[in-house]
Amino acid sequence: MLSKRIIPCLDVHEGRTTKGIKFKDNIDIGDPVDMARYYYDNGADEIVFYDITASHEKRDIMLDVVRRVAETIFIPFSVGGGIRTVDDMRKVLLAGAEKVSINSAAVKNPKIISQGAAAFGSQCIVLGMDVKEVGKSDKIPSGYEIVINGGRTYMGMDALEWAVRGQQLGAGEICLNSIDADGTQDGYELNLTSLISSHVDMPVIASGGAGNLEHISDVLTKGKADAALVASIVHYETYTISDIKEHLDSQGIKVRKHW
Amino acid sequence: MITIVDYSAGNLTSVERALKFIGYNSCITDDTSKIKASERVIFPGVGAAGSAMNSLVQMGIDKAIKEAFEEGKPILGICLGSQIILGRSEENETLCLGIISGSVKAFPDGLTDIDKNRLKIPHMGWNRIDIVTPHPLLEGIEADDEFYFVHGYYPNPDDSSHIIGTTNYGIQFPSIIGSKNLLATQFHLEKSGRPGLKMLKNFCEWNPC
Repeated sequence: MLSKRIIPCLDVHEGRTTKGIKFKDNIDIGDPVDMARYYYDNGADEIVFYDITASHEKRDIMLDVVRRVAETIFIPFSVGGGIRTVDDMRKVLLAGAEKVSINSAAVKNPKIISQGAAAFGSQCIVLGMDVKEVGKSDKIPSGYEIVINGGRTYMGMDALEWAVRGQQLGAGEICLNSIDADGTQDGYELNLTSLISSHVDMPVIASGGAGNLEHISDVLTKGKADAALVASIVHYETYTISDIKEHLDSQGIKVRKHW
Repeated sequence: MITIVDYSAGNLTSVERALKFIGYNSCITDDTSKIKASERVIFPGVGAAGSAMNSLVQMGIDKAIKEAFEEGKPILGICLGSQIILGRSEENETLCLGIISGSVKAFPDGLTDIDKNRLKIPHMGWNRIDIVTPHPLLEGIEADDEFYFVHGYYPNPDDSSHIIGTTNYGIQFPSIIGSKNLLATQFHLEKSGRPGLKMLKNFCEWNPC
């Protein structure tokens, strides 16, 4: 059977990672390639990079990072942040990423999902969703609304409807980030994750809120997630990927134990 | 030289990079004369069977691969490449290469795991291999090793002696198949970490007789 995946997420700004201050040994904590290799060696099942470079002129720096990562690790990795066109996707995929993640660009222009899927296959297209709980209403029947700009802009779109539509448009996977849970370390948003995961056929990666090992096992069982995104909890070495997998294994959750 | 067959079915640089990492140079090509001149052929691919077969036939690569097989050259199919070596595919009702007799089947609807949880299609992520027939490709591979899959269809040879390994996803399906000098994996060994690279190296050193 499939293993549940543990996926570290690295934010990259102008070619340097922005978290991970507690790294020791000989790891250059600012170098996304070195960080990726560290997580690869430690059993990460996949890696997500978010390019948070604001300046458009400096965005090609990320392509160089992607090329170097692709020469160094031999597991799938995805790149998100600032991808707005099929041509942006092509550049990232040709540089060696397995998948691209599109978020606000898809909200503003849903056709980019179908265009990307037609050009590269659904397996390449991850629909990133930032979601806030707003209470159920006629407009937002699930009670969860799509937001962009880090949660500052409400889009008037129901998260569940958007997930189902994303699947129809050809997305191959969802990376579901709860803005409410993000950064709290109080646990993933289990209701939201379970709701979305049980209504789509594609895998759902849960994101936002991991603070301890139980949070991760909870989202993979009660939350019905196929994978868990982890950031601070591994960047600050509260736990290693191996610790997380040992815990999940002890809970009877199937994980990849050899790498 | 190892050639990686380019028939516009996905990004092939990950196979090239993985080969380079384990010390082998390779060449991505759609030139049938280069495929003919090479020592080993890798036949990857993602996407749909119908458009892939169209491209292969248009480019004349279907014949080049069949010839390479007849000549006894080691060939490795990956993912879609493990499917279109069979006779036909349920995906787009496609007539395929027919190097191994059999068909490519879609995962049935309504698959569940042993706890009756619904299984999603495509089968995407890490899974194990149950070895059916020992093979040099599997040297150094351990029972717990896992490999990265992304697919909604699977290869199903008519003759079970062509099945080298199987994988469980609601059903037990063939995930490594082969015949003589041809080997094929449904999973992406170039994206499967150390065990995948080991298997790729085994292929590069394999001398079928």
